[in-house]
Parts: sequence; C-alpha cells; structure tokens
Amino acid sequence: MTVLDAPITESVSQDAVPAEDVKVYGIVAEYDDVGDVIAATQAAYDAGYRKMDVHSPFPIHGIDDALGVKPTILPWIVLFMGLTGMATGILLTTYTMTDFLPLPAWVPTNFEGYRYLISGKPFDSFAAFIPVIFELTIMFSAYTAVFAMFLLNKLPLLYHPLFNSKNFRRATQDRFFLAIEAQDRKFDADDTTAFLKEHKALSTELINE
Amino acid sequence: MATLTPGTMIPQTVDNTHDDPTQRAPLVLGGKDFKGVTDAVVYRTERKPHLYWWICFLISASFAGLFFGLIGYLFATGVGVWGNNQPVAWGFPIVNFVFWVGIGHAGTLISAVLFLFRQNWRTSINRFAEAMTIFAVICAGIFPGIHVGRPWLAYWLFPYPNQMAMWPQFRSPLLWDVFAVSTYASVSLLFWYTGMVPDLATLRDRAKGKISQIAYGIASLGWNGSSRHWHRFERAYILLAALCTPLVLSVHSVVSFDFAVAQLPGWHTTVFPPYFVAGAIYGGFAMVLTLAVPCRVWFGLKDIITDRHIDNCCKVMLGTGCIVTYAYSLEFFVAWYSGHHFEQFVFLNRPFGNYGVGFCSMVFLNCVGPQILWFRWARRNVWAIMFAAMCVNAGMWFERFVIVMTSLSRDFLPGSWAQFKPTWVDVWMFVGSFGLFLTNFLLFLKFLPIVAMAEVKTVMPEAHAHGDHDDHGHAADNGEAEAQTHGEAH
Repeated sequence: MTVLDAPITESVSQDAVPAEDVKVYGIVAEYDDVGDVIAATQAAYDAGYRKMDVHSPFPIHGIDDALGVKPTILPWIVLFMGLTGMATGILLTTYTMTDFLPLPAWVPTNFEGYRYLISGKPFDSFAAFIPVIFELTIMFSAYTAVFAMFLLNKLPLLYHPLFNSKNFRRATQDRFFLAIEAQDRKFDADDTTAFLKEHKALSTELINE
Repeated sequence: MATLTPGTMIPQTVDNTHDDPTQRAPLVLGGKDFKGVTDAVVYRTERKPHLYWWICFLISASFAGLFFGLIGYLFATGVGVWGNNQPVAWGFPIVNFVFWVGIGHAGTLISAVLFLFRQNWRTSINRFAEAMTIFAVICAGIFPGIHVGRPWLAYWLFPYPNQMAMWPQFRSPLLWDVFAVSTYASVSLLFWYTGMVPDLATLRDRAKGKISQIAYGIASLGWNGSSRHWHRFERAYILLAALCTPLVLSVHSVVSFDFAVAQLPGWHTTVFPPYFVAGAIYGGFAMVLTLAVPCRVWFGLKDIITDRHIDNCCKVMLGTGCIVTYAYSLEFFVAWYSGHHFEQFVFLNRPFGNYGVGFCSMVFLNCVGPQILWFRWARRNVWAIMFAAMCVNAGMWFERFVIVMTSLSRDFLPGSWAQFKPTWVDVWMFVGSFGLFLTNFLLFLKFLPIVAMAEVKTVMPEAHAHGDHDDHGHAADNGEAEAQTHGEAH
C-alpha cells in the first residue's frame, strides 16, 4: 500500500506552525467528484476568493465559469501569426520567382532571387505558389498555437509549490484539487480551511512555497 | 445493457457495438474509474518490459540496423545499387515514400478531423495513431532524402540565400512536397507532444525511480493540471485540430501533384488528389488496425480500446476502400472517355502488360479482400480484421507500385521503354524501413503513455457533474436515465 493507493480521508495535520521564514503558498482541498469541486469552487468564488485554481487530471466542463476564467487571447495570436506566415509565403515566392517587384541596386546577388525561364512560361504564376503559401500559413499558426499556449501558461516551469504535497500527485490521476492562494485578500489559514471543509473537501492541506 | 449506471461492474463481454439510438454506448468498459484507466494505460510503462517485447524489439532493431547499413552502402557506392534506370528513375524509393506518407494520414485524421466532428471514440486510439503517423512520416522522409542522388546536398531543397544565388523552383510540385511534408511532420509532432504533456505529467507523478521522475518531469514541462492551463490547452488543441484538418488533406494532395502535374499518361489526371487522400486514409486505418488489434490484447487495453473502436475503424476502412475502388474504375472510364491514345494504352497495359501481376494484386487486395468487413461477424473476428488490414497494407503498396512503374516504364516512345527490376538493396531497404518503424513504435509502447488518458477520462460519465447535462440533450429530471446515458459518445 503506497501513499497513492491510500484513501485520503484525514486531513494532514496543520498544528505545526510553519517557521517564520517559510512562506505559505496556500491551501489545497481534495475532491473526488466533479460536481463537488465545481460546487465548492463556485461557493469560494461567491465568497469572494479570487486567487484560486482547480487542478484536475482532465479539463472539467463548467469549471471556467465557476473560477471566473476569462477567454484566452490565444486564437488572436494564432490568427496574427497565421497571417504573418501567409505574408511570408507570398513575399518569399513572389520575391524570388517573379520579376515585377523592383529590386534596388544595393541588394546583394545571393538575395536577388532566381527567375526560372521554362518553356517561356510567365514568371508571375501566383497559382503555382499557393501550396507553399498555404503550408507556411499552417506552419506558422500551428507552431504559434503550441508555443504561445505553453508560454501563456508560463510553462515550462518545473517547480511549483503544489508539487511539495504528496497527495497532490493524484491531481494528474483521479482527484480534483481546489487551491486557494495565500496571496488572496480573503485568505486566512483557519477560516479558509474551515470554509473548504464545509464544502465537502475530502482533505485539506497547507502548502508552503 | 439497459440498466448501466456509473460504478456498476460491466463485464468484459459487454457488447458496446450496438447502434441503439435511445442510448449511447459506453466507451470505457470493465467498470473502470479514473484510476482504473490510469492503471491500465501505464501498466506496461511502469514495469520491466515483457520478454515478447524484447524479442520484437531486437528483431525490429536488427532490421532498422540493416536499413541504416544499406543507406551507408548506398551513399558509399551510389544509386546504381538500386534497380532505378531511365525512364524508371523513381523506382522503389518513391513508391515507398508515398506508401509511408499515406500510412501517416490516419493518425492526423483520427486526432484532428474526428476531433472536430466530436467523435469521442477517437480518444482511445488517437495517441497510438499519432505515434504511428510520426514514425511513418520519418520513414517516408528518409526515402526521397536518399533518392536525391547527392544526399549530402539535400539542404538545397530549402530556400535560403546562398553564394550560388540559386533559389528552389517554387512552381515545382516536388518543392511543394518539401514544404507539405516538412510542415506535416513537424506539426504532427507538435500535436502529438502537446496532447501528451498532461499524460506525461501523470507518469511523472507516479514514477518511482529517480531517472524516470527526472525524465518525465522534464518532458511534462511542469504541467500541474491547473484549470487556467487546461482552458488554454483546450483552445490550442482545437486550433491545432482545425489547422491540421486542411493540412492532412493538403499533404497527400500535394504528393499526388508530384504525379498529376506531370504530363505522363496515367498520371496526368485531376482525380488524383481526392483519390490519393482516400487511399492514404484507407492505408492508414489498415495500419492502425494492424497495430491496435494485437496491442489491445497484449497491453490489457481491451476495456479502453473496445470492440466498438475496432468496429468503427473497420467501417472507416471499408468506406475509404469503396472510394478507392470507385477511383480505380473512374480512372479507366476517363482513359476510355478521353479518347487519348497514350492514356488508353497505359490503362490497357496495367492489367495486361508488363506489371499485370502487380495490378491484379492491387485490385484483389484493395477492392476484393477487405469487402469481408461488410459482415458483422467479420468486424468481431480478430483474424478476419487482420486479414482485411493485411490485404490493405500490401494492396496500398501495390497501388503506388503500379502507378509509378506502369507509367514510367511505358511512356510515349517505345524506343525509351525499359523494365524496372528491384535489386536486393531495393527489397531489403523497404523491409528495413518496417524495422525502423516498428522499433520506434515499440519504444513508444514502452516509454510513453500509449492512450490519451486525460482525453479518455473526459468521455467517461463520471467526468460530468450532475446537473451538467443540458447540453447533451437529455431530460434533466430523471437522474437514473441521465446516469445511464450522458457523457458518452457515438
């Protein structure tokens, strides 16, 4: 029987007062039911808590409203970068293949582009450039969707105070954790714990930074 | 079946392949809860590999070694070690390239297209299929890379300012291919990895050993399951799916342009892009089944990759197979209808000419053999499924063989005709590419989360709060009926 297998019903003792120099990160409450954690989160939001988060093994339907999470700006970043990719494709193909863009004299030879004259076909053949333009649009936007998502999430960040908790390891498996940060204006170690216990928390734990 | 409630023990023998419109079929069987799913998926990852794994791995790795050895031999000696000649300059490498790229398509189709269509059954097999995509595209990328003649100059394919003042020809379908395949390979890799980060975090949190803790810890980027993270993650995922859907359709279309833009009879047709895409999905699903059917047994995943998932894959394969069969007959019709002398000759030459055996194999393996899947019993029978999948695996290779060889070896002037005969290097390189593919796949099975756990959990009934079912179109007043039916998928 390991820590992970053991059912967590008892709260971890909070009698030990943390030393002066240890900063408190917050309190996590453990849940095993999606409905309970949404209800508790909604209650905490209604009670005025703002600096809090729910950690779960999968995205919970309806938690965004309870937490007051605003829609992300990610799609706009992706749109912008997709258009940038498209512009890059258009410029790259048009600049290197066609002859209607005037080239200043100071452009070095290796930047000049190369005009393939094949069977007298026209240089300005936009239709033939579309596959490259399309692929660059997709490439720019897909890379942006991934990297911007991780950066907006402030990842990679290998350390998080919550990782100090052994129970919290189940947040990626089968438990849901409502974490209220000590930074929150309404936070008070005893009151918040009591509040969470009132709202069906299986256990609560004080987490240090 | 009628009284399933969450938490009820569902025996393994439950048939979830029914199509009763009054209730949705469960996608996870065996009474598994969230922990049960996690345990089942990571079971093999957390233990020492099985003896069979080692046997498979050593055989595959030997063939992969053979593959790289032959590439070394090719580089040292020159492309003369292949059977390629004039006019069949493309030979096996391009046949194998198109074959492997095609296989890669099912992965992205499952992860992106089925995601947009809200086909929740995809969650059990998408990780699998995406891994297959990546490894197939790796094999695919190697063949044109070593086919360019002077592979140490392969970087000339990419546009960059250089002292030769040369740029690639952006009007050439071969150059489009460079962009399409490299975009496809890298975006598929990102898609696969992004989806895997939460599951890698699960492995990190369960890891006992120091090395695995560190390795999974770094790979999972510090994922902690925050809802704010999930919010952006889901948004990024749906954006990726929306971007990958046109991408996956474009890639094999562009591959087909390699043929269709050429003037050669038998290649120069407008039906090629949709026909190639359907063929790619056909071949890809065959490979998904080839890998999933044994793996779900050996890895104890029968409750997660259920009969219904296999059944659905069979149906997709059957559907695309019919499209492919239709395209074959359409090609013949167009050849006849065109009134074009050379076109008609090439299509008569396919069944009756120098590669008639290849053509007949293709027709039997792609159009006749898999029709067994019309029968319900065949879609339940492992051997029937494997027979159909193996038919398609081989048949799709023959399709590319027939397309490349018949047209190139018999073009306009009989004076320039020549027969292509593969050498031993051609044959063993193709076999060796399977070694590379399977080596990668076995490593994936051992070290990475083979099922998208986080996604599977979202399609389980327990993932939805009570009272949160209006959007599923069920009556909210009947708790029991709701418990039976909500949340699961088609």
